[in-house]
Amino acid sequence: MDLANFLIQLLNSVQYGLLLFLLAAGLTLIFGIMGVVNLAHGSFYMLGAYLAYALTGAWDSLALAVLVGTLLSIGIGWLLEKILFRHFYHRSHLDQVLLTFGLIYIFEELRSMLWGDDVHSVGVPELLNWSINLTDTLSYPAYRLFMLVICSVLALGLWLLIGKTKLGMKIRAGAFNSDMAQALGVNIVRLHALVFAMGVALAALGGMLIAPLSSVYPYMGSQVLIMCFVVVVIGGIGSVRGALTAALLVGLVDTFGKVLLPEFASMLVYVLMAVVLLYKPEGLFKQ
Amino acid sequence: MSAPLAHLEILPRSVHFLLALGLLALLAFPWTGQDFYTQMVTRMMILAIFAMSLDLLQGITGLVSLGHAAYFGLAGYVLAFMSPADAAASWLITLPVAILASALVALVIGFFVVRTQGIYFIMVTMAFAQMLYYLFFDNKGLGGSDGLYINVRPSALGLDLENKLVLYYFTLVSLVLVYVFLRRLLWSPFGRTLNGIRLNEHRTQALGYASFSYKLTAFTLAGALAGLAGYLWGVQTGYVNPELMGFHMSAHAIMMVILGGMGNVAGALIGAFGFELFLHFFKDLPTVGGFDLGKHWQLWMGSLIVLVVIVAPQGLMGLLRPRSQDD
Amino acid sequence: MTTRRLVLTRSAALLGAASSGLLLPANAQNNKIRIGLMLPYTGTFAQLGQACDNGFRMALEEKGNKLGGRDIEYFKVDDESEPSKGVENASKLVQRDKVDVLIGTVHSGVQMGIHKVARETGVLNIIPNAGMHAATRALCAPNVFRTSFSNSQPTLALGKAMMAKGHKKAVWITWKYAAGDEAGEGFKEGYLAAGGTIVKELGLPFPNVEFQALLTEIASIKPDAVACFFSGGGASKFIRDYAAAGLKGKIPLYGSGFLTEGLLDDDLAPSAQGIMTTLHYSTSLASKRNDAFRLAYAKTFKMQPDVYAVQGYDAGQLLLQGAAAVNGDLSNKKALYAAMESAVIDSPRGKWTMSKAHNPVQDMYLREVKGKENIVLGVAAKALSDSGAGCKLG
Repeated sequence: MDLANFLIQLLNSVQYGLLLFLLAAGLTLIFGIMGVVNLAHGSFYMLGAYLAYALTGAWDSLALAVLVGTLLSIGIGWLLEKILFRHFYHRSHLDQVLLTFGLIYIFEELRSMLWGDDVHSVGVPELLNWSINLTDTLSYPAYRLFMLVICSVLALGLWLLIGKTKLGMKIRAGAFNSDMAQALGVNIVRLHALVFAMGVALAALGGMLIAPLSSVYPYMGSQVLIMCFVVVVIGGIGSVRGALTAALLVGLVDTFGKVLLPEFASMLVYVLMAVVLLYKPEGLFKQ
Repeated sequence: MSAPLAHLEILPRSVHFLLALGLLALLAFPWTGQDFYTQMVTRMMILAIFAMSLDLLQGITGLVSLGHAAYFGLAGYVLAFMSPADAAASWLITLPVAILASALVALVIGFFVVRTQGIYFIMVTMAFAQMLYYLFFDNKGLGGSDGLYINVRPSALGLDLENKLVLYYFTLVSLVLVYVFLRRLLWSPFGRTLNGIRLNEHRTQALGYASFSYKLTAFTLAGALAGLAGYLWGVQTGYVNPELMGFHMSAHAIMMVILGGMGNVAGALIGAFGFELFLHFFKDLPTVGGFDLGKHWQLWMGSLIVLVVIVAPQGLMGLLRPRSQDD
Repeated sequence: MTTRRLVLTRSAALLGAASSGLLLPANAQNNKIRIGLMLPYTGTFAQLGQACDNGFRMALEEKGNKLGGRDIEYFKVDDESEPSKGVENASKLVQRDKVDVLIGTVHSGVQMGIHKVARETGVLNIIPNAGMHAATRALCAPNVFRTSFSNSQPTLALGKAMMAKGHKKAVWITWKYAAGDEAGEGFKEGYLAAGGTIVKELGLPFPNVEFQALLTEIASIKPDAVACFFSGGGASKFIRDYAAAGLKGKIPLYGSGFLTEGLLDDDLAPSAQGIMTTLHYSTSLASKRNDAFRLAYAKTFKMQPDVYAVQGYDAGQLLLQGAAAVNGDLSNKKALYAAMESAVIDSPRGKWTMSKAHNPVQDMYLREVKGKENIVLGVAAKALSDSGAGCKLG
């Protein structure tokens, strides 16, 4: 592998890693702060993708679709938290696993009834429909660069939010000890609703952003869900910084694994997770 | 987060009565109906053994595993490897070997996995199961993604498992043995220690119990029993594939155990039968007014699961609990 | 609810379940032929399963829903594309519903289960899609027929077409699973026989769709062409990623027809222009038979047919011919199988016949994506037959 090839593969790793981060961030927040295991997180990703498909179809603008879609997802997240998830914070992980597993079934059925079982495409917006030539054969699509930028901005935004704002402080307090935080005057109920809605919106946003690249099809959520959990666990539950590090690690392992060790490519990420957990049983950056 | 609660370790008399009745029904069943239903009940019994093995790990010891199917599927593969292309293997040999293989792999994986806690434990068990899954999926020599056939079912001591009736009673005997064994275990000193670990590991450690070796033993034992179920599955279907070790199979087991109610072994048994019955029921729903109810079985099944978690958090067994009893 | 009431109701339920065996409807002694459809009606292949179902029913509908003069009765099972439930689901149709013929399925892993039941019970099984080699090779059976393809058939025809365009060095890329491996076998055989060289074989885990790493590899290898096998959502993404990586136009892309089948909508088509595929069917096939089929299908189901619908349709035609030859008496297996073996199917894909191992002997068309269609350029391989290696039939 020559230098140019190596650098491009590195770029591929980072881009994939950042997308994973977008999805994992929401999961780690929900998990870390409310302690809720949400297997249906992949369904939110799928929801975003299908929303992008439906809304772009109606208005012919991805940007508008993403905007409205994000708002819709926040609303849906808020509603789901209020009606269902709120009552499960104190329940065991097992109950949450079961609940969210049932939800996956329901979401997939709803998707089937609303939008059918076909594979759909979402067009890349005209503005970003060009490529940069990296070598004489290979180009890098501008849309992927755009995603790279957006994910980085979101990552930075999240870090600033959690680490440097008052709201972030409340969120961290709630994660550390929700009863104490409540006693100190934090409206924990509102906080949880906010974090949950944010988590759902992040996942949906991920789905919306990737829709032009990946197409929209049934069960697309389940494939990404396991990767998400792997990232969250490697990074340490509740840690956004951990999720970022782990996502980039997974991106590297997945990309270079496919090229250098294709025989074991499928197992590599799991081996990584197993190795990390054996040395740091609570992830890299446990809060 | 709270550890999973086990309930109703002392089974009320009503449940004893129910189980006895169930046993009678199972003994008599093959004589009452079609071949197909005998096979269906055989499958349910196999899944019940699988569920009970998970209950040992999850309900009794408090270790939630998302990778339990690895030991289930592995045993089926061992049978496939040991079965000659056109003759029957001996179950007297292949069954112990399969169980031993599952136990061994569970021991090795358990050694690494049992040192983690909570959600990390859940994820690491899943990771190892996925690794095993891909090992078989990616390797044509191990059958690859299409799996392997078991062409002739095992036989020994005059009991030919090719005969569906023989297989039924063979499975029933296994089911009863596993149930009795686990109930005994539950109330043995070993079982009490596992319970203690589930309820409060630190306190149990403070009392002088080396929780690691207890947990590892439970993990290995659960793996061995899952292997028994997986072996029987391989015998019944005559076909094994990597999905048997996969995430969905593990999740299936968890759902059966939770549906029934954890920690008392009887719940897992009831949960397995209940889950399968519901699944069959939903899938066979007719078309009403142009709406194909059966086609949307996932919606009904998902709603049922959600309903159970909300309304009956301790599973079906929990519904039998008298109001006064606390846990 | 008191425990006593609960116990009583539950024991009643259990006894009821136990005795339900007695209450099961006796195998109706009416004269209807029972047809079992085992297809994925949910899951990733739901679209394909439904198309097979549609095509099959249409074929029977056209002949008045009668097989050899007898009425028919349908039984349906959703196989969810779950290999671990394959045997169970097939048994449901064969043993509970006592079907006379089993039509199924799409996914090869599930087919393994059906095949087991078919070989053990002897039920007539017509495969409307699953291309696993074993079904018409080493594990062939007199009661198993296929109306679709074997995994290596479409790619077998690629080699000559690629060499004809001067593409002597190619990279092969697919998923690492049985269907991908078998498609690769076909490609290798055809391409090497035509004089080509496979520079590298790339595989990624199934169903991983992160292609960037391997596309970068391809770009650095700079082969004359790329040949691949992908299907469904993954195929759509591959086409997109291939174009976005700038490889479209620079390194020609070839594939088995499933790469583009049923996926060319407004958004994908621009990225797919110029992709050459081989398949035993294309909606753009110019023939009276195909036109009539497409019209009828569109009218009945309000959508365009695809190769899966044709395969299902031909399964129906095959059964019709067989049943006609025995006047509806499907128990006359010798005559039934003989009739099906010697059948000439007047299919929308063109006329085809059965190989000795019960797989279609059919033309493979070379197609190119122009606009939103797979335009047929010509016949890439005439009367192509699967080797049937290891099959002891005929």
